[in-house]
Amino acid sequence: MYTQAIDLPGGPKVVAASTPEELAFDARVAADRKVEPRDWMPEGYRKTLVRQISQHAHSEIVGMLPEGNWISRAPSLKRKAILLAKVQDEGGHGLYLYAAAETLGTSRDTVVDALHSGRAKYSSIFNYPTLTWADVGAIGWLVDGAAIMNQIPLCRCSYGPYARAMIRVCKEESFHQRQGFDIMLSLCKGTPEQKAMAQDALDRWWWPVVMMFGPPDDNSPNSAQSVKWGIKRISNDELRQKFIDATVPQAGLLGLTIPDPDLKWNEARDHYDIGVIDWSEFHRVIAGDGPCNRERLATRVQAHEEGAWVREAALAHARKQEARQAARQARKAA
Amino acid sequence: MDARVQTLLRLGDAALILGQRLGEWTGHGPVLEEDIAMANVALDLIGQARLLLSHAGLLEGAGRDEDRLAYFRDAREFRNFTICELPNSGLANCAMRGHTQSGDYAFTIVRNLLFCAWQVQLWQALTDSRNPSNDAQLAGIAAKSLKESSYHLRHAADWTVRFGDGTDESHARAQAALDALWPYTNELFADDAVDAAAAQSGFGVLGAPLRAAWLAQVGAVLEEATLAQPRDSAFVSTGKSGLHSEHLDFLLAEMQVLPRAHPEAVW
Amino acid sequence: MSGAGEDRMSTNEWPLWEVFIRSKQGLDHRHVGSLHAVDSAQAVRMARDVYTRRMEGVSIWVVPSNSITASDPDDKAEMFDPAADKIYRHPTFYVLPKEVEHM
Repeated sequence: MYTQAIDLPGGPKVVAASTPEELAFDARVAADRKVEPRDWMPEGYRKTLVRQISQHAHSEIVGMLPEGNWISRAPSLKRKAILLAKVQDEGGHGLYLYAAAETLGTSRDTVVDALHSGRAKYSSIFNYPTLTWADVGAIGWLVDGAAIMNQIPLCRCSYGPYARAMIRVCKEESFHQRQGFDIMLSLCKGTPEQKAMAQDALDRWWWPVVMMFGPPDDNSPNSAQSVKWGIKRISNDELRQKFIDATVPQAGLLGLTIPDPDLKWNEARDHYDIGVIDWSEFHRVIAGDGPCNRERLATRVQAHEEGAWVREAALAHARKQEARQAARQARKAA
Repeated sequence: MDARVQTLLRLGDAALILGQRLGEWTGHGPVLEEDIAMANVALDLIGQARLLLSHAGLLEGAGRDEDRLAYFRDAREFRNFTICELPNSGLANCAMRGHTQSGDYAFTIVRNLLFCAWQVQLWQALTDSRNPSNDAQLAGIAAKSLKESSYHLRHAADWTVRFGDGTDESHARAQAALDALWPYTNELFADDAVDAAAAQSGFGVLGAPLRAAWLAQVGAVLEEATLAQPRDSAFVSTGKSGLHSEHLDFLLAEMQVLPRAHPEAVW
Repeated sequence: MSGAGEDRMSTNEWPLWEVFIRSKQGLDHRHVGSLHAVDSAQAVRMARDVYTRRMEGVSIWVVPSNSITASDPDDKAEMFDPAADKIYRHPTFYVLPKEVEHM
């Protein structure tokens, strides 16, 4: 889902390897050996990874906002602490991913600037508003559930730093989905108003989450190169199907109804069939016209701009300290 | 009300209200590494609040747990020092309400410096081997909290020095924040009947004796930061007796909204 | 610090540091990632917040990314293969008396 924008037209084309380096590189990837920062790599591979990893990082950072909105209103001190820890984790994940992107020769300032100027994308799902406490539960249950499905195969990504960052992320992620489901469980076992709140959240988040996996594979011609390079391990449709098959029973456990009248078990396929996805909504949101794209971006830009004096102060102080240290050493030597 | 319960509410509410304020920075910090660091401080404070409020509820014996106390008391019943509830945007930004107002990182850091330095003195006093609190639970909470608060103090002190001895702008912001916050520190050391009763029974400690060490610690940081220690003022805030600034009620309205709207619900 | 420090500071971005952590029971420091900080003291503290979530008893090393020299992967053969036939470097080569088997 972090490759949403890469799947759209304009991405890397499949190019047959021709030079000795390219052939050796392809053989290495095919043999499941890791590519590390100092290794030779095709420019397309490097560019694709910078985009994918940085967009993944941006998603984590922007993803702090919809749930972060509810920290101050969490309905118990325990829930407040858990939510704070979860949102903090997301910041940490963004940081690991920016670090992985920087091993490819870009800088954090460069990729963050791409986000703030609107050139870089982040996952579509974070452009939807969190209107109730149940939304916090729905995000943990569904969005983190989807993210985990996407991230586990990425632990085997061909690029070493990205794969290792994903392993670290997955370890920490284990509690994120559980806490979301736990919130939904409390609501569904609670008062009629709480149960209605939970159903309302599912009604609003289900389709955006289904779309989160990206367009169907026959509309993503550029995935092929990513698969060949060991960057993309499972297709969008496969992941989406896996997610739906796992989640429908969970909704049943909660006693909630998934807002899809065409959802039904297909015995022959051994999978759930779903209704028609409105891809025009997905494209609208990706293009910047979702419910809160502007606010999400503006919030990040504001934090960055208002924080400039803080970052400058830290640099100024460090430079002064360096100068003092140098002067002390010069005096000692004299 | 029992002086022990009052004391625990004062300590617990202070941690809760400041934790609430610091949590507002999540996702809005000046740099990603700081977002994570500040969230750590907020998490620790909420943890301290939970322990202290739970213990208060237990000693009170009226069936109130940490959430009952946090979500169903009005502003007049909260016992935090006023300094904890002041908005992250500081006191000079008097434009429209709401925490969509920009936070002032200098105000936040300097407030943490002043308050966390006091917490360190307090936790040390409560666990002082020569005369610790005679309440084992409170002494235990203090021992655990001392490690956390020492870390918070170092974090705030480092940033205060970077601001004070950084750029002209950061120096001006830090000095302005310090000048605005200084009067609110008097409350930390102004003992009243509750403090006296708690200290006399061996449960708690007086605030006034902590001031000298607090001032030495804070003064050292200010000197390194090239910041001028403000003149002492006669102003004493009164949050610990329940008379707060205008800011607390807005904070509580946001914090308490959900349980108040669904009083019988379990979350 | 020397001229290398000046190079790092000439941009307005905080310098990049590589972080190595040795866990409480660990024997070696392992590379866990990187972060941005203005100096080594801040880098250590941030590493504690970001990479250890304040676990106790861990040892943290931070190194400016610029200071790290990496071997060229194409050198692999000459630099590393010779060790493969020096099996006496491996502890299992030696059969020791029972009394010192734990060594």
